Amino acid sequence: MTEQISLRDTVVPAPSPRLGEGARRASDDASGSRRSGATPAEAPAWLQIAPFAAIFVLFFLVPLGLTVMVSFWDYNEYQILPAFTVRSYVEIFEGCFVKLPELCVTFKTYLSTLKFCLSVWLITLVIGFFIAYFLAFYVRSTAVQVALFLICTIPFWTSNIIRTISWIPLLGRNGLINSTLVRIGAIHQPIEWLIYSDFSVIMSLVHLYTLFMIVPIFNSMMRIDRALVEAAYDGGASGWQTLWNVIIPLSKPGIVIGSIFVVTIVMGDFVTVGVMGGQQIASVGKVINTQMTALQFPPAAANSVILLIAVLFVIWGLTRMVDIRKEL
Amino acid sequence: MPKTTRPAGLTRRSVVKGAGAAATAGAITGFPAVHAQEPKVLRYLGTAVNQSSAIAKKVKEDTGITIEYVPVTTDEVTKRVITQPNSFDIVDEEYFQLRKVVPSGNLLGMDARRIKYADKITPIFTKGELPNGKKIGDQGTAPKKVFYLEGQTSKTFSAQPTEWITLIPTVYNADTLGIRPDLIGRPIESWKELLNPEFKGKAALLNIPSIGIMDAALVVEAMGLHTYADKGNMTKAEIDLTMKVMTDAKKSGQFRAFWQDFNESVNLMASGEVVIQSMWSPAVTAVRSKGIACTYQPLKEGYRAWAAGFGAPRTLSGRKADLAYEFINWFLDGWAGAFLNRQGYYSAVLETAKSKMEPYEWAYWMEGKPAEKDIMSPDGTLLEKAGVVRDGGSYEQRMGSVVCWNSVMDENDYLVKKWNEFIAA
Repeated sequence: MTEQISLRDTVVPAPSPRLGEGARRASDDASGSRRSGATPAEAPAWLQIAPFAAIFVLFFLVPLGLTVMVSFWDYNEYQILPAFTVRSYVEIFEGCFVKLPELCVTFKTYLSTLKFCLSVWLITLVIGFFIAYFLAFYVRSTAVQVALFLICTIPFWTSNIIRTISWIPLLGRNGLINSTLVRIGAIHQPIEWLIYSDFSVIMSLVHLYTLFMIVPIFNSMMRIDRALVEAAYDGGASGWQTLWNVIIPLSKPGIVIGSIFVVTIVMGDFVTVGVMGGQQIASVGKVINTQMTALQFPPAAANSVILLIAVLFVIWGLTRMVDIRKEL
Repeated sequence: MPKTTRPAGLTRRSVVKGAGAAATAGAITGFPAVHAQEPKVLRYLGTAVNQSSAIAKKVKEDTGITIEYVPVTTDEVTKRVITQPNSFDIVDEEYFQLRKVVPSGNLLGMDARRIKYADKITPIFTKGELPNGKKIGDQGTAPKKVFYLEGQTSKTFSAQPTEWITLIPTVYNADTLGIRPDLIGRPIESWKELLNPEFKGKAALLNIPSIGIMDAALVVEAMGLHTYADKGNMTKAEIDLTMKVMTDAKKSGQFRAFWQDFNESVNLMASGEVVIQSMWSPAVTAVRSKGIACTYQPLKEGYRAWAAGFGAPRTLSGRKADLAYEFINWFLDGWAGAFLNRQGYYSAVLETAKSKMEPYEWAYWMEGKPAEKDIMSPDGTLLEKAGVVRDGGSYEQRMGSVVCWNSVMDENDYLVKKWNEFIAA
């Protein structure tokens, strides 16, 4: 956890040395009332981050604090009772450790979510990396790059629900793929697992989130000094050697940022898993959703806190691999 | 305030419809003298299924009341009533949810003396029997158990009739399994068919724990595995047993999918992914209106029923309360009842609805007789050709075969846990 704290400390932007006339006047007013001992030169920087900090505190830290608080409250059928209890946490992990190696619901659900997370991450990484590579190194004209990027965003032109429901006519028992395969004689019975299966969930998630991998990797690749590629070539490196020893190391920040996007979204997703899995596949988000609709806010909050910790762990692991701050 | 900007737009429309009084009020807003004629607006919280624009339009014509729909899902209604009781003026919710809502104290008893047709409300609600006196099943949260409050602000139900009613009934129905007769090709008579291996990978169940488990219980009972004292209020052991049967079926691949949203059930059925599933009446109609055969199959074990009604938030008073009562009285006056009956639901005051329906419509929808003429939906699309008989027959046959009602169990907390296990299995 010390790593986390140091990360946060350094993320805070250094005070800007530039001072506008208006800002300087404002800083004089502000510094008079502050006791923190900050020099007047720091004040404008504080003012500059104030609006965002306020939004961050109001709409992120406060709700997060409330969630943590409620997760330790008690509840009944229709209300939450402000009395400290660890009931929700105890119930979430009920029988989880005594029954091992048999998995309890919570572990099963997390395992399932992690499985999707890992597969989707791997697939989007490979696909996203090569699409970004193509866009960055093979497409020369900016106009074509922009056009191709727009094509990548097509999956987002409709609502999430419509996007997922529309898979049925394609992948269903009587869908396009099955009926075509049957007609050309490739199969005799429709393939059942094209939809409402792990396969369809992973495919749908990959379809949706590859873009989140493409954009940051592309961004990293565009910053790579082309002279380095030439130098590698001049030094006698093969295409794969250049890719492995030059391009990939320099694309790491993009890869990590893209991975963070994909991992956090997939960990929390329950709509896609629900619709594409025929509601038969568990996800942490769905458990939270079910508890919310049953007005069981404390266990829902406790599950959210556990999910948050799990996601933070994954991100912590990713940032261990690459020092994003240094690379940016 | 957004409300002050609204009357302008509405006023223009009102003029077109000839509602002159409202127009005048809108035009001279700001004068204290005309405060009494402020636009009549009611914020109506409920599920989208019940919030018809045709009803809102007709109310406006008849009474000048503008209905502002706040559409949310079934579970969300309860959440809103409990967490944001000031965000609506009238709520349309199901009786089974009252066991959560009433103890929270956020609902105000409706004054029976201000409801014109209070004593004409069908005895299904007040006594748990048909108009002809036949008792019907009362397992689960039957409306008669939660119909009266001890006092207007009481948090407990009264077993005896009082003048304080929890919800003024609007609509109710009897639910059963929907099937694709063309793909099944043989008669279906029992709930146990849902788990028949013949339909492996082609069955579906709804993914709302409190309702899904009751359908499951009907199946378990039909299979002869267990007889419940009350399917709507199981013991922990009964929940375990029911979920075990369903979990085994799930693991063996019986279910193609679970559905949560009405439209999902329509898609599953229409695409042929599923041939037998728990379903709601309008979903069956939606599949049929695509020209696909779908039957709302009456089963020998009976139906699971539900009922909804209008309630008032704790804060309702004064002019808003007057408007709410005016609207409810309009609702029970027949037009809305006829509208609902024509959708295959049932209305709370039968005689007023009958007066607003054609005799052949009443005969088809309520008496279970073959349609004399083509049956049209309220919006004018063809529902059934002449000669067809309604699935399940007459009102007495359908409502008379109800065995249990949607409910919230005492062990609801445990049920939700078990349901999450079931989904994860």
